[in-house]
Amino acid sequence: MTSLPQSTEKSLGLVIDLDTCVGCHACVISCKEWNTGAYGAPLADVDPYGAQPVGSFLNRVHTFEVKPAEGPAAVTHFPKSCLHCEDAPCVTVCPTGASYKRVEDGIVLVNESDCIGCGLCAWACPYGAREMDPVEKVMKKCTLCVDRIYNENIPEEDRVPSCVRTCPAGARHFGDLSDPDSGVFKLVEERGGFDLMPEQGTKPVNKYLPPRPKQEAAPEMDVLGPLLAESTEGAGGFFGWLDRTLEKL
Amino acid sequence: MNNTMTYQPKLDTSPPVADEIRQTTCYMCACRCGINVHLKDGAVKYIEGNRDHPVNKGVLCAKGSAGIMQHLSPARLRAPLLRTGPRGSGEFKEISWDEALDTAASWLAPVRETAPERLAFFTGRDQSQSLTSWWAQQFGTPNYAAHGGFCSVNMAAAGIYTLGGAFWEFGSPDWERTKLFMIFGVAEDHDSNPIKMGLGRLKERGAKIIGVNPVRTGYNAVADEWVGITPGTDGLFIMALIHELLKAGKIDIEYLCRTTNAPVLLDEDGLFARNEDGKELVWDRATNTAQPFDKPGLKPALHGTYEGRTPVFESLANRYLSQDYAPEAVAERCGVPAAQIKRIAAELAHTAFEEEIEIPQPWTDFRGVTHPTTKGRPVSFHAMRGISAHSNGFQTCRALHVLQLLLGSVEVPGGFRFKPPYPKPVSAHPKPHFKTTPGKPLDGPHLGYPRGPEDLGLHEDGTAKRIDKAYTWENPLSAHGMMHMVISNAHAGDPYPIDVLFMYMANMSWNSSMNTKGVMEMLTDKDESGEYKIPKIIYSDAYSSEMVAYADLIFPDTTYLERHDCISLLDRPICEPDAVADAIRWPVVEPHRDVRGFQSALIQLGARLGLPGMTNEDGSATYTDYEDYILNHQRRPGIGPLAGFRGDGTEAGRGAPNPNQIEKYKANGAFWMEHVPEEAQFNKPTNMAYQTWAARLGFYVSDTPEPYLFQLYVEPIRKFQLAAEGKGEMQPPEHLRERLRETMDPLPIWYEPFEQAAIDQSEYPLHALTQRPAAMYHSWGSQNAWLRQIHGVNPLYVSGEVWESNGFEEGDWASLTSHHGTITIPVARMDALNANTVWTWNAIGKRKGAWALDEDAPETTKGFLLNHLIHELLPPKGDGLRWSNSDPVTGQAAWYDLRVKIAKAPPQETTSPKTGQQKSPVGKGPATLEYGKRWT
Repeated sequence: MTSLPQSTEKSLGLVIDLDTCVGCHACVISCKEWNTGAYGAPLADVDPYGAQPVGSFLNRVHTFEVKPAEGPAAVTHFPKSCLHCEDAPCVTVCPTGASYKRVEDGIVLVNESDCIGCGLCAWACPYGAREMDPVEKVMKKCTLCVDRIYNENIPEEDRVPSCVRTCPAGARHFGDLSDPDSGVFKLVEERGGFDLMPEQGTKPVNKYLPPRPKQEAAPEMDVLGPLLAESTEGAGGFFGWLDRTLEKL
Repeated sequence: MNNTMTYQPKLDTSPPVADEIRQTTCYMCACRCGINVHLKDGAVKYIEGNRDHPVNKGVLCAKGSAGIMQHLSPARLRAPLLRTGPRGSGEFKEISWDEALDTAASWLAPVRETAPERLAFFTGRDQSQSLTSWWAQQFGTPNYAAHGGFCSVNMAAAGIYTLGGAFWEFGSPDWERTKLFMIFGVAEDHDSNPIKMGLGRLKERGAKIIGVNPVRTGYNAVADEWVGITPGTDGLFIMALIHELLKAGKIDIEYLCRTTNAPVLLDEDGLFARNEDGKELVWDRATNTAQPFDKPGLKPALHGTYEGRTPVFESLANRYLSQDYAPEAVAERCGVPAAQIKRIAAELAHTAFEEEIEIPQPWTDFRGVTHPTTKGRPVSFHAMRGISAHSNGFQTCRALHVLQLLLGSVEVPGGFRFKPPYPKPVSAHPKPHFKTTPGKPLDGPHLGYPRGPEDLGLHEDGTAKRIDKAYTWENPLSAHGMMHMVISNAHAGDPYPIDVLFMYMANMSWNSSMNTKGVMEMLTDKDESGEYKIPKIIYSDAYSSEMVAYADLIFPDTTYLERHDCISLLDRPICEPDAVADAIRWPVVEPHRDVRGFQSALIQLGARLGLPGMTNEDGSATYTDYEDYILNHQRRPGIGPLAGFRGDGTEAGRGAPNPNQIEKYKANGAFWMEHVPEEAQFNKPTNMAYQTWAARLGFYVSDTPEPYLFQLYVEPIRKFQLAAEGKGEMQPPEHLRERLRETMDPLPIWYEPFEQAAIDQSEYPLHALTQRPAAMYHSWGSQNAWLRQIHGVNPLYVSGEVWESNGFEEGDWASLTSHHGTITIPVARMDALNANTVWTWNAIGKRKGAWALDEDAPETTKGFLLNHLIHELLPPKGDGLRWSNSDPVTGQAAWYDLRVKIAKAPPQETTSPKTGQQKSPVGKGPATLEYGKRWT
């Protein structure tokens, strides 16, 4: 068993807007391309051109369909990666201390040199956010691009996770969720950001913003009321209205 | 508890990320985003969006980020190939470039000297049409086009004839100001990143988004309101909106008078009344006289009869006020409740007229009238193939533009805005040209916009001049050609046989053709003497596609990171409403295969053939390669492929060739951009500040301002209809007369899609269509190790109603049958779907042996193409004629007219039909990938 820090100086994480995500998978691939050549072992792909291609990804998009009692069915795209939980069961279950949560920013990482690939952490994670690399046999997970966000070799505005940097719709936000002055904190307040599966007691740092209520059931507007004084039927009344409108120009 | 103490290793959080970052233009789809390619140890490590780039402003989609895997694809061709086995087998030998170019020249030179039309040169999704069309013109064949005919020519042509441009590269919604946005018939693409960025901005600003699409995925999933319309009925829906707006008087009369042809007088033939100078006349209510439309201070009439002539607007109002277009009359056919149609009309009206925008920007129109401010109506629209890929698509696209105009929301703040060099009216575009002379160039550009029947490509006996029968009475305004008819017509020898078929980047033996299996047979069919009916096929592709196997000679293209390109104002530009821009690609890495950019090979082939413009007087080549052409070619004096950094490096638009031009682009992020002056940013067709600026930059061939009116009523279309009514010298054949009379209507109409009108709808009750996933671009994505893990299979999605009525269960298979054929495929349930529609992802299915995939890859076993069900011809009518499955106005392939029936089928090992297997000329990919290992 591995212990978690009592507290962390920051709680870095993602805020993901389910109202805006179009499910394009840009974040999935940008994550893969950055992280396969960055921190830790590459994100391998087995049988990449064959019958059963299986690769490790740190971020995936799931799609759900919801059929409400009234109104048409809706589709929600749901990107999912490690939520960097405060009470991360993947850390406490680790038999070697390879899984840990950083004191300075709360990022949950795997020290791959100590990882024995036992897979306990993946079992313990209620979100299914960890994936065993199929070649290196070490556990892979979102690092919040720890080698980007502090990296002095890249421009300051780009020091965000690769998925956030690339998201075309602007559905992904990064920041310190413990700081009430941060953009992400305010976004969560304003939009009613929520925890994923709070009943698991993991206190995830990442938050999701809910889809806005759809406006399909909006009340019928009456701006198309009988504005044509003479008649709304047929062209005669219409052209009378037209003449009066032309005179006013 | 005996816890392991947390050991927090020291990390290097600031590792070097690249040795060098080179900026170029993406080509993972047709969006043309700017990218930063990170190179380390000479290899591509990471690709991100270029923050300064006008198209993507830093973001990048899944395809763009997966560019590494495309660049390193095992399916990359390695050297020129000459076929050794039968067509379709994939058996080739590698040859040298000299041998390849000499072989091609030996096939083509005699064609040019005797009958240049016997070369059909068609390019696919390339972005070099200003070069390829010029090459074909210099060769002298009339048979050239790109892929627009099977893509979205309805959208493009309807836009040009109505507004002077359509959506996507022609213009975009005013994302920063619009308050209500409607998107029709767009899945996840076109244009991919700008729409996603725009939707994100609308969400931030709280603007409403209405998605009109039978399928609720992607953009439609995040829309505030979804209109799950029945395919092929968008035109009816739009006309019902127009009906409601007219009835309520919620139209912009001032805008219509000022900027459209609403007041222009029609004579008894339905043609524009004109004065001696050829200017259209309107009726001035102040003086009770007919006056030219551009005279200042007129009070134009919009209805009434004056000296036997009536304004356009009267015809328009009479048509759409008819009860035929009442919401109640169309609701059932559209699958949209009348109340919803009325409410959407009300929301459009409310936003356009109660939330008007006014910008403190004065501007002066072409009449000389200065407007103290710029007014805008913040409703905007976008549409693509979902409404255009129907046989009634042209008129539907026109209807949408008419709706935009009635709302006064084109080229205004908050509405739809053009991107320079658009808008350009029909008058600023060429007419089509067809005149061949052995050994000489064609008499002008192939593709243009006909003004009337006199511009058709017909011989005196009425037969078509072009192999694809573009610009004939069957489809008079086929402004992008009809690539989807080339193989079928060449095989049939109708209108004539050809000697050489030359294609680039178009997978015509697979996902880019209707009737795929039939096309494979046409490509391999032989005549009595044992020769292929299409005698010679030259094809260029970067990858081992299905089409490679069906060609005789292959020019291997480079990947997009290894090539020069220009994203030219002479072609399909990348501009924004506020800025004109163009861009380059350049070899950020060098290929280590014996490949050449197709455009370089084409220029070198042109020199071997001695084509004018590509050959000097002494017979030597004018340009060594594409880079040389980009730098030095001038289309007219001072106007070249790239508009930026001309002359001494500071000249924009026009100027002498600059040997340092490409270096300047590289230093500027691979693009050039110049902002539209403030006063010129809106009302571009009538704004003299814009017109003057556009002429100065060289956007018009005339080099002078060309102000014009938006065309609610399109006179050239009326000229074809008039001919069908029996007037004029050029008369259509009798069998087309009635169809032309109905479909060549100068005001938008709706008619039933041809396929469903021809079949028994009770036998084929369902609509079937495809959508392109956001993470794939046509057939390209399946060779990509990362992307194919997202979309490796494509079930047929069916609605809950269809699922339950057929008793489907998870894992089931079904047979899907059209009038043309049957496919057997896996099915999946989807409820966010029009109840009578089935659909699947586009181009996931692959032929065994193609794309360097294993034979048992899921793309070949579970993947499938809907194309097998779609015939390039309509069901026979018993008249012995071949009726193309296309829009009768433009010839656009009517992919989405498909009607089917479905039945449960026993589970299968693989989908059917079976399409055989091709040998891979490039072997197969590796068993594992650990890309980036060297850096970790």
